Amino acid sequence: MADCGEPDGPDNKDNITRSKNEGKELTKEEKQRLRKQKKQQKKQKERKDEKGPSETEKEKTPVSLLPPRPVATQKAPSALPAPASAPIPVPASAPFHSSPTPSPADKPAKSKAELKAERRARQETDRASKQPGSSSSSIKTKAPLSELNPVVKRLPEHVQVDDPAVVKRLAKKLERQQIPLRSDYGYKVSLFSHLHQYSRKAPLTQQLSIPSTVIHPSIVRLGLQYSQGIVAGSNARSVALLHAFKQVIRDYTTPPNEELSRDLVNKLKPYISFLNQCRPLSASMGNAIKYIKKEISNIPSQCKEEEAKTKLLQCIDRYIEEKIVLAAKAISKYAIEKISDGDIILVYGCSSLVNHILCEAFEKSRKFRVIVVDSRPRLEGREALRRLVQRGISCTYVLISALSYILPEVSKVFLGAHALLANGYVMSRVGTSQIALVARTFNVPVLVCCETYKFCERVQTDSFVSNELDDPDDLMVTRKGKTQLENWQDVSSLGLLNLVYDVTPPDFVDLVITDLGMIPCTSVPVVLRVKNLDQ
Amino acid sequence: MPGADKETAITERIEAFLADLKRGGSGTGPLRGSGEMARETTYLLRRITAQARWSSAGDLMEIIRNEGRRMTAAQPSETTVGNMVRRVLKIIREEYARSRGSSEETEQQESLHKLLTSGGLSEENFRQQFVHLKANVIEAINELLTELDGTTDNIAMQALEHIHSNEVIMTVGRSRTVEAFLKDAARKRKFHVIVAECAPFCQGHEMATGLSKAGIETTVIADAAIFAVMSRVNKVIIGTQTVLANGGLRAVNGAHSVALAARHHSTPLIICAPMFKLSPQFPNEEDTFHKFVSPHEMLPFTAGEILSKVNVHCPVFDYVPPELITLFISNIGGNAPSYIYRLMSELYHPEDHEL
Repeated sequence: MADCGEPDGPDNKDNITRSKNEGKELTKEEKQRLRKQKKQQKKQKERKDEKGPSETEKEKTPVSLLPPRPVATQKAPSALPAPASAPIPVPASAPFHSSPTPSPADKPAKSKAELKAERRARQETDRASKQPGSSSSSIKTKAPLSELNPVVKRLPEHVQVDDPAVVKRLAKKLERQQIPLRSDYGYKVSLFSHLHQYSRKAPLTQQLSIPSTVIHPSIVRLGLQYSQGIVAGSNARSVALLHAFKQVIRDYTTPPNEELSRDLVNKLKPYISFLNQCRPLSASMGNAIKYIKKEISNIPSQCKEEEAKTKLLQCIDRYIEEKIVLAAKAISKYAIEKISDGDIILVYGCSSLVNHILCEAFEKSRKFRVIVVDSRPRLEGREALRRLVQRGISCTYVLISALSYILPEVSKVFLGAHALLANGYVMSRVGTSQIALVARTFNVPVLVCCETYKFCERVQTDSFVSNELDDPDDLMVTRKGKTQLENWQDVSSLGLLNLVYDVTPPDFVDLVITDLGMIPCTSVPVVLRVKNLDQ
Repeated sequence: MPGADKETAITERIEAFLADLKRGGSGTGPLRGSGEMARETTYLLRRITAQARWSSAGDLMEIIRNEGRRMTAAQPSETTVGNMVRRVLKIIREEYARSRGSSEETEQQESLHKLLTSGGLSEENFRQQFVHLKANVIEAINELLTELDGTTDNIAMQALEHIHSNEVIMTVGRSRTVEAFLKDAARKRKFHVIVAECAPFCQGHEMATGLSKAGIETTVIADAAIFAVMSRVNKVIIGTQTVLANGGLRAVNGAHSVALAARHHSTPLIICAPMFKLSPQFPNEEDTFHKFVSPHEMLPFTAGEILSKVNVHCPVFDYVPPELITLFISNIGGNAPSYIYRLMSELYHPEDHEL
């Protein structure tokens, strides 16, 4: 198409300018032609800088540019931090605001599409300069995006289940990666029809063939552990994920004619899709994956394979050490200052961090009592109760419906978090917001403990738009020999809802204890900005 | 002697009733609704009136007061028993006053002037004997029974005034009154109900199956998700065990969290409670307010050795202050919580507040 476009170039340009001036919408082919022309002009500029390629090369380069282009769109997501600025293939309906001839003076405000085109062109120049074997260009550092640049986010698939086009796209992608698609189970409450709802009795691994060549066995095991709830809790899941990736890296060998930095990232993609199908990724896992991908892409191309692999393994170990283990120590140090003798502390569910803090405080001989609040159907509080009682801490156990009865005795509430959102909301196990609300009514301080690697850039104001639905059969229970909801599937107007997460507004939370110190809930975007600048 | 036989029959009935009360409260016997309890109590009181030996209104009131004290002592949390006793006492007073011919108004006036001039206790000692007093009292008790029978229907009839189409209504646990209320509205309107299951007994499950069989779109959620879904709820309609004298509630545990979440989202909280649940108690009696049951549903004995090292609490009731309540719907219509004290003075005589 470029060949037919080139000789007509000037004529077409006139047509296009004419139609633009008349205010008509550009057709799809015209826009594609425009894009190609802009690219070629950029190429021409670069070619003029590098001395004198022959005429034949000039003819060849437009053609050779085309095959790398589809590759570029796939590479771009891996090179740029996913999913924040994943480039959408330029939508056909995006109107061009500027004139077809790119001149800086003519366009005061760049459109998003043009920014993307420029960025892609820049990447292609890097690739073009690397391929002829020039060793001088190092990997170009991405120009730091100023904060005011519009970031086009792609909505994650797992909150668009009600859109059939998205579901089809996902099915195609999974087919390409040879991963089975997990089907939804049971009647979904209409308010949550945009989310997946899976049954624990039908794990994804049943649909895998043996031996499966695409997915590494440690990833298969990990996916099964996630979907059955054997590994639960955001820290545990992240650590398990990182260990599985370490195993993958150890077993990895670079195929010939491929570079480790690019091929390994591509190998990881189907694994991540598989894990996502088993159980939607948590915010902490997302951040860990971003970090690993960045580390892998930053491996210089002349590095030997063994060296690269040891380097990566060390990076992962350091990440776990810094972000999880040492962070927990730092947080306990701050939190212990807040626990005084004679306190009665309320905790909810099983948060590894909060349990760690309480055990440390007990070892430093603080005298306090703990009240563990639990909720159906997960009943994670029993695990926390076991751990605390084994250390010798005196505990009381209640269910969340008895909260108003027990709160007048409580002096402090310690809560764990699954993620902290950029607008200050705390995303945590369902029921946390209720505890924070009732605690605020009784004027009891609420302290949230969270490591900084769980901070994420999403914003959310209610618990509906992005959540996870667990197996609805968990709500069934047998009391006095009768299971009331046994045949809930047969009754058409009955639905069971088993939410996993909810968001707590920042006005219910008094303090957030992180490894960077004790901050108010509203300072989360500040921390995120500092972290981005560091990286 | 026929009289003695009657007396023993009566005492047997009373003993059986007391045993039932004691068993029913522990959660192991057959769980009875408050309506049934009220009816049983009234039947028993009617029997006592008919068959016990008394000559004047004062004697009858003494007998009933004694029995009432024993019944409330058997199960303090079952307040409907005490309420019915007080209603019957008020009926006796009214019938006595009517027989005497004096108007009820002057009897009931508690003006400051009257207190000063009469010098303390009223001279009324109910010693006069009237022939038709027994018949009148029994007739009045029958009227009370008809009223009790019709409470649920009366409340359900008001449903259409309060529920519009396409609403999302939340309820907690199981209440026969609320179930009838919602089913009546569902005949004409389509709406969605979210039921919180109310652990550890999970009565919400039974409520949900009942509602869904009537064709109402029902969703069961865990207690922990109440605040999470409250932003989508238009009204919260719950039942209660007792309505206290200040307009507050003694409701099933978890009701206070629901009320707070509703206030945070400015959702109206509507209580469907018949008038026999109104009790002249106030909520500051710490030792009698809460009732606890065995926590074996919460932490089963299979949990192992940690059981001996932890305290487990399983309260049954929750206090909901009157500021969080928007409306009471009862068999005599809708009322604000601030009006409850007037209703109390219509139902019970102030001297009967303490049995």
